[in-house]
Amino acid sequence: MLDIIVQVFPYAIAFTIPLLITALGGLFSERSGVVNIGLEGLMVVGFFVGALVTAKLEVFIPGSAVWFGLLAAFIAGALFSLLHAFASINLNANQVISGTAINMIAGALTVYLARNITGSGNIHIIHGMVRRNIPVLDKIPILGKLFFTQTYATTWLVLAILFGSWFILYKTAFGLRLRACGEHPQAADSAGVNVYRIRYLAVMISGAFAGLGGGIILVTYSGEFNGSVAGLGFLALAALIFGQWKPLGILGATFFFGFASTIANVSQVIPTLSRIPGIILKNFPYLVTLIVLVIFSKSSHAPRASGEPYDKGKR
Amino acid sequence: MKLNKEGVVALVAVFLGLAAGAILMSLTGNNPFQGYFYLVRGGLMNAERIGNTLATATPLILTGLSVAFAFKTGLFNIGAAGQMLIGGLAATAVGLSLDLPKIILLPLVLLAAILGGAIWGFLPGFLKARYNVHEVVASIMMNWIAYWTVYYVVPQYFKGAYLETESRKISEAASLKVEWLTDLFDGSYINLGFFLAILAVVVVAFLLNRTTIGYELKAVGFNRFASEYAGIGANRSIVLSMMIAGALAGLGGATFYVGYASIIQIGVLPSQGFDGVAVSLLGVNSPWGVFGAAIFLGLLHSGKGFMNAMTKIPPEIADTIIATIIYFSAMAVFIEGFWEWIDRKKRVRANTTEVNQDEEIIGGVR
Repeated sequence: MLDIIVQVFPYAIAFTIPLLITALGGLFSERSGVVNIGLEGLMVVGFFVGALVTAKLEVFIPGSAVWFGLLAAFIAGALFSLLHAFASINLNANQVISGTAINMIAGALTVYLARNITGSGNIHIIHGMVRRNIPVLDKIPILGKLFFTQTYATTWLVLAILFGSWFILYKTAFGLRLRACGEHPQAADSAGVNVYRIRYLAVMISGAFAGLGGGIILVTYSGEFNGSVAGLGFLALAALIFGQWKPLGILGATFFFGFASTIANVSQVIPTLSRIPGIILKNFPYLVTLIVLVIFSKSSHAPRASGEPYDKGKR
Repeated sequence: MKLNKEGVVALVAVFLGLAAGAILMSLTGNNPFQGYFYLVRGGLMNAERIGNTLATATPLILTGLSVAFAFKTGLFNIGAAGQMLIGGLAATAVGLSLDLPKIILLPLVLLAAILGGAIWGFLPGFLKARYNVHEVVASIMMNWIAYWTVYYVVPQYFKGAYLETESRKISEAASLKVEWLTDLFDGSYINLGFFLAILAVVVVAFLLNRTTIGYELKAVGFNRFASEYAGIGANRSIVLSMMIAGALAGLGGATFYVGYASIIQIGVLPSQGFDGVAVSLLGVNSPWGVFGAAIFLGLLHSGKGFMNAMTKIPPEIADTIIATIIYFSAMAVFIEGFWEWIDRKKRVRANTTEVNQDEEIIGGVR
C-alpha cells in the first residue's frame, strides 16, 4: 500500500497545485463579495498565454522560458478578470451570468487566437518545468520520499502563496477590510473603506491566481495548450466551498480532491486501485461538496454579501 | 411599436456582440464584412443548410426554454448542460437496449430523456427548497456529475464499434430522424425534434400565461415570501420549476444525441447548455422570444463551418460572439439604466419646451 501511495503521490501533488492556487484566487474574490464562477475561463486564459509566451521564448532561453510563461499567465489572468470586475462592480451585473460569459469567452477566444497562430489550435511547448529533489530533506524516511523528491518549483511557490494569502487575509488591515466588504459592504464603507477598490483588487487577484493555475498545468503535466482545462476551475470552486472559504480548509479540500482524481486517473495502471470504480472517484468531489452544502446549510461560512452588487444607498 | 426595456437590452447586446466579433476579425487580419456574409450564407444558402440551421437551433430552443423557465421562478438554471447530457444518455440507453418498432420505441426514448433531465433538475431544486443551497452551485456540481457519469457509463455499457470515446450508433427506430423530413431538406440534419421544440414553446407559453401553476411559479419568482403569504407553496414551486426546466433540457438532449447525432460522445459537456443562457437572455425569457433567439444562434453555429472554408476565420468566432452577447446581457441593469436616462433626458427637454411655451403665453397675457 505504501508503495502505491509513494508512486501516486507526485502525480497527486502535481494535480493538486493548480487546483489549490485557483481556489485561493476564488477565496479572495468571494471573501470580498464577488462570486467568480469564471475561474475555469481565467485558468484557460493563463493556460493559453502561458503556452504562447513560453513557446515564443524557449527558442532563445530554453531554461527560464517557463518562468516568463508563468508570469505572463499571472498577468493575463489579472487583466482578463477586469471584464468580470467591471461588469459586476461598476455595472451591477448579475455575477453568475458575467462569470458564465467569462468562461465562454475564454474558451472560444483563446482557441480562435490559437488557430490564427498555429492552425490546429494547439500550442506545444518543448521545455516544461524540471522536477528536482530537495537536498537534505529528501533523505528523511518516508516523508522525504513523499514530499521532497521529484518536486516542481511551482509547488513550493504555490505553498508560499498559500501562506502569504492566509497572512494577508487574517493578519493585515487590507485583509480585514477585504473580508468586511464580503460580509457587510455598507458597514465597511461607513468605516472609510473603498468597497469598489477592494473588490477590484480581489477580483484581479482571483484572475491572476487562476491564470497562474492554468500556467502551472501547462508547465508541469500538460505541456500543450489544447483549449480546455477540463473542469478544473469548477473543481476549484467546489474545493472553495468544501473548504468553507478558509485557506487551510481549501488546502485540505484541494488535496483531497486532487488525490481522488489522481487515483481515478491511474487506476487502470495500478491493479490494486482498479477495484475502486473511477465513476465514484471522479464524482466524489462534487458529491461531497453537495453534502457539505446540505450539512452546513444552517451555519454556512459563506461570505454574507457574496453575489450581491454593492449598492451605496441600500441600508 | 413601443420597445420594452428588455427588448432594447437584447438588441444592444446582440449589436455589441456582433461588433466585438467584427473587431476581432479585423484584428486577426480578416475582413469582417466578408466573414459575416459567409457566416449568414453558410446558414441559409440552400434547403440543406436551412435544415441544418433549424436542426442546430433545435436543442438551443429547448435549453433556452429550460433556462428561461427557471428564470421565471427566480432561479438560475446553469445546469442545462448536465440535464441535457443525462437526457441524452437516458435516450441512448433506452434506444440501444430495447428492440421495438419505432412507433413504440421513440416515445419511450423521449420519455427517458425527459425523466433523466427532470431528475437532474429536481435535485438542485430540492436542495434549494429544503436546505437553501444555492441552485447555481448545486447545478454546477450536477453538471460535472453528469459529465463523469457519461464518461464511465458509455464505454462500459454502450461502447462504440471503433472508438472507446463514443457510444454505438442508435438504430433508425430510436432516432428522431425521419426519411421524409431529411429528403425534404436535401439530406440535412433536421429531425422531428424541431417540431417537438415548437410544441414545447407552445406548451410553455400556455403553462406560464394561462394556468394557475404558471401564475404561482411566476409569483414565487417575483417575491418568494409574498407568495408564501398569499398561500402559494414556494418550496413546491421551486422544485417543480427546476424539474420542468430539467425536463426541457433533457428533451433537448434527446433532440441532439438521438436526432442531430446518433451517438453520444464522452468527455464533452454540451455547449448548448450554456448557449441556452444566451438564448434565454436574448429571448427576454419569453417562449417565442426564446424561439427566435435560438434560430439566430443556430444560424451562427451552422454557418461557421462554411465561413471557415471560404475565409481564414476560425469557426470559434461564432462561440466568441455568443459569449460576448451573454457578457453584455449580464449588464442588463446598466443598459436599462442608460435607456431610462436617455428617456428621462428626452422628457426633461420636452418639459422645458412646454414650460417655455407656458412662459410665452403668460408673457403674452401680461
